[in-house]
Amino acid sequence: MPAEPPAPELSWNLAHDVAQVLEYHFMVNALLGGGAVAVAAALAGWMMLVRREAFAGHTLGMMAFPGAAAAALAGVAAAWGYLSFCAAGALAIGALAARGRAWREETAGIGVVQAFALALGFLFVSLYGGVLGDLEGLLFGNLLGVSDGQVAELAAVALAVALALFAAGRPLLFASVDPHAAGAAGVPVGRLSAGFLLVLGLAVAATSQVTGPLLVFALLVMPAAAAQALTTRPLASLAASVAIALGVVWVGLGLSYFSVYPPGFYVAAVAFAAYVLARILAAVRPRLAARGRGSRPPAVVEAL
Amino acid sequence: MLGHEYVRNALLAGSFVALACGLCGWFVVLRGQVFAGDALGHVAFPGALAAAAAGVDERIGLFAATIAAGGAIALLGRGAIAARGRASGAEPADDTTIGVAFTAILALGVFFLTRFSLGSGGGAGIVAAHTLFGSIFGLSAGEARLAAAIGAAVVVLLALLGRPLLFASVAPEIAGARGVPTRLLGFAFLALLGVVAAEASQAVGALLLLGLLAGPAAAAHRLLPAAGASLALAGALAVGSLWGGVALAYAIPSLPPSTAVVAVATGVYALARLVRGGGGAHR
Repeated sequence: MPAEPPAPELSWNLAHDVAQVLEYHFMVNALLGGGAVAVAAALAGWMMLVRREAFAGHTLGMMAFPGAAAAALAGVAAAWGYLSFCAAGALAIGALAARGRAWREETAGIGVVQAFALALGFLFVSLYGGVLGDLEGLLFGNLLGVSDGQVAELAAVALAVALALFAAGRPLLFASVDPHAAGAAGVPVGRLSAGFLLVLGLAVAATSQVTGPLLVFALLVMPAAAAQALTTRPLASLAASVAIALGVVWVGLGLSYFSVYPPGFYVAAVAFAAYVLARILAAVRPRLAARGRGSRPPAVVEAL
Repeated sequence: MLGHEYVRNALLAGSFVALACGLCGWFVVLRGQVFAGDALGHVAFPGALAAAAAGVDERIGLFAATIAAGGAIALLGRGAIAARGRASGAEPADDTTIGVAFTAILALGVFFLTRFSLGSGGGAGIVAAHTLFGSIFGLSAGEARLAAAIGAAVVVLLALLGRPLLFASVAPEIAGARGVPTRLLGFAFLALLGVVAAEASQAVGALLLLGLLAGPAAAAHRLLPAAGASLALAGALAVGSLWGGVALAYAIPSLPPSTAVVAVATGVYALARLVRGGGGAHR
């Protein structure tokens, strides 16, 4: 944990609160790094939900645990461990998925990959010894310890994820929605699917450095699920997903600054609140629209 | 090796937990609910932490959380069955729902972890580590007997549910038309899976439960096409993985037992894929 700032107090003056948060360099870094991570996770997570690969995403998130433990054991920077294990996991899942015919067999294979990776992680931790005291940090990450160099790294990762998805977005979406038709039209479905898993692995590796492997999933799933509940148009919901993820990370960080609970908790809780809100909005909106269309125009105003 | 009491306890508790995992896992793989099973394993963690924060027995929190989550997934998931697969356009077990529910619960886990460590200073990390990775060599004789009894009870319940559950999993529409309560069965199965998850998270840990649930069962589905034989094989492979893992961990002291068990289960699945490459034995 970084040094405790002198008694942060939440007041009703929002501008004052924000200024108070921005006074500290580590908070600025956390906001910048968190923002980059939010963009990468929202983009990759959106495509992940469209492809119904949440379980694969979760498993890649878990790869961060053996990755960090292996890096600690080998004495290299944790980022290398995250990256190599996430990439290896993505390749393993891709290989299993390509050869397993039935969908249920695929999930079973992913489950085995995850269990084995966690088992390895536990082995590394017990071989290393002493890390167990910091198990909490390993599992839940430390958003408040982002260095200047890490901010640049995270921004580069976010840029790479965005570029990859925009370059391959159209055929990937086609292959995700209707793999048979896409295959018949000459889209390389197998290679796209393996490539997407690698991109997802990259996004997850970056995210889990700051949120920890257990809560990566909050940033991958919740903003995208909320955005997809709000609108069915691909570009609009993709943009909404990024916006919600940014909002979630920044509000979560801001709240955690004024409290004893860790940022990971606030980020996940705010993300969940955003999802619930989106679902409520999605449920209420058609009723409002129907009422507006049904009778006299002022009804819309009343309903709002 | 059998001269040590802790090894005997580990084998007694572990065998029944593994048998329950293997048999339940066979249905989990058949129904495409591996993600749900995984989520239940993670739910055990906030449950145990909440109980620890409240100062009651961890096991109460474990069972309450996993059974409740199993029920919630069954209710929210519209009884989703993935057997029809992705290509045919059917919804594969609503993974967005599971993902959202389970992230929310993990966030609660962080909350309780912080609360607990603020309250009692230390100890929290140890509870977290135990719930996550288990401590099969640390079971007392009483705990081992209790675990074995719960494992046996799950197996008996599953034997009672087995026939209609198989029908409802393979051909849900036909089963529904014949008057089989498919939704109720789906609910009961996930609740049962919750009990298994809570029990297994004590023996092999919440995070490693998945290995015993998915590995042996997926291998059995690949190796044998006949339902009865394949189910029996899943149970046998799970128990075999546990024994193999425990023996391995006993022989190599630096190898944690949870790791050894999951490594053996993974090896079993990898072998099954090698023996029966390609599409798998089923349909």
